[in-house]
Amino acid sequence: MNIHPNLIYSMSGIIGFLVLSTATNGILKWRFPTRNFNEVSQRIKSWWILAGLFFLALLSTQKIAIVFFGLISFLALKEYFSIIETRRADRRVLFWAYLAIPLQYSLVWYEWYNMFIIFVPVYMFLFLPLRMVLIGDTDGFLKSIGTIQWGLMMMVFCLGHYAYLLVLGSDGNPNGGGPALVLFLVMTTQLNDVAQFLWGKTLGKRKIIPKVSPGKTWAGMIGGVATTTLLSCAVGPFLTPMSWQMSLFAGLLIGLCGFIGDVVMSAVKRDLGIKDSGALIPGHGGVLDRVDSLMYTAPVFLHFMLYFYY
Amino acid sequence: MNTLLRWLFFNLLIRPLVLIVLGLNVRRRDLLPTKGPAVVVANHNSHLDTMVLMTLFPNNLLGKIRPVAAIDYFFANRWIRWFASEIVRIIPFERRKNVDAGDRFEAVSAALENDEIVIFFPEGTRGEPEALSEFKKGISHLAERHPHVPIIPVFMHGLGKALPAGEALLVPFFCDVFVGTPQYFECTRNEFMDNLNAAMCELAGGIN
Repeated sequence: MNIHPNLIYSMSGIIGFLVLSTATNGILKWRFPTRNFNEVSQRIKSWWILAGLFFLALLSTQKIAIVFFGLISFLALKEYFSIIETRRADRRVLFWAYLAIPLQYSLVWYEWYNMFIIFVPVYMFLFLPLRMVLIGDTDGFLKSIGTIQWGLMMMVFCLGHYAYLLVLGSDGNPNGGGPALVLFLVMTTQLNDVAQFLWGKTLGKRKIIPKVSPGKTWAGMIGGVATTTLLSCAVGPFLTPMSWQMSLFAGLLIGLCGFIGDVVMSAVKRDLGIKDSGALIPGHGGVLDRVDSLMYTAPVFLHFMLYFYY
Repeated sequence: MNTLLRWLFFNLLIRPLVLIVLGLNVRRRDLLPTKGPAVVVANHNSHLDTMVLMTLFPNNLLGKIRPVAAIDYFFANRWIRWFASEIVRIIPFERRKNVDAGDRFEAVSAALENDEIVIFFPEGTRGEPEALSEFKKGISHLAERHPHVPIIPVFMHGLGKALPAGEALLVPFFCDVFVGTPQYFECTRNEFMDNLNAAMCELAGGIN
């Protein structure tokens, strides 16, 4: 796979940004030795590792990158199945749900788009209840099949769209092909998370949905979406086929979808009575805490690209 | 030869399985013993319990770890018997009540005197998956005999979902492993049991 120079420049930019955060954090620690910076330090350290793994996957071959995204789906689905209530009778159903991951990602591998887009929402949707019926435990049947299918849709179907972006090729995007689209989307979505958090911390007063997520404020949301849109305008023409006007529109979409993904996962965690979905990523929580917004932006951005450019 | 087989079994099969298929969330790993003699006591939900506990120790301690396992179950046929005694190096344990408690713990005592790390499941059986049942009192006999040996309570959650008793299909789940502070035998057996059960309940309360 030829690596487009724009991909390298953008990655260098992100690394520069991480260097800056690490330095700022170091200076703050030195200026205010009594304050506790453990969580922020841990968070930044985790960002380094996540960015490193992600860049390695994008710079390797397309097949390796597909497997990488498949592994993320597996970790996310496993974390989800570990936090929801599952009935013992569902063990075999869960096993089939896991098997959907290699199947869905092989559809990406062979670039069979039509099957990719219906496999989980149609065929797994029809198959899993059948498997559950064969086991025969009807107590809590509907709740069980509903929660399992929701997990599959989010962790396998939605996250799978990153892998599909990857294989779109350079016909529609001369600025680095699929990997550049993935980098653009992940970068804007993750910046959106950080920006929403920082704007909310500094200016946030009026809460948007206090019942679901008391930390979410109007200032955080609007500031975050604006920051994301700005970054999108700056980077879009460089990494994607979009002009700055189209990038502006895409940035708005990404900012809003990222916000929705975040609060939807907050509602799920609140329902389950937990704060973090896991402990795999120090300073961040679990995998789901990190990919919640990514799951919402991926399908929307993929269709945006397919409609206008492919 | 068996040392090599044990190394291969753990590093090629069990460690990758536990790391990738399951995934552990270990809290306070530093409280685990780094040398024998010591006893690790844990709740029991799955055959995976022993394997997971053993992966928490570095390779150089693998040969020093002795899980206590039921003689009636693991010595049932000669293949399992060979595997259990030579590779996993279990200490066979007589579960039947008609044998004197002192005699039942003879082999365990010997292992402790040999500076080994013993893994013991005082619930006695895997039982109902993911339900913590009270520890049986046998462990207090052992503790009384070795008042200077640390007894480390470990609470595990999730393995009973991944592979419960009576199932052969392993389904991936993240598993919690919470290590507690070492306990020592101080005055009476009843008091020791109360403290140990309380420590386990406290660890179990750590989920969320």
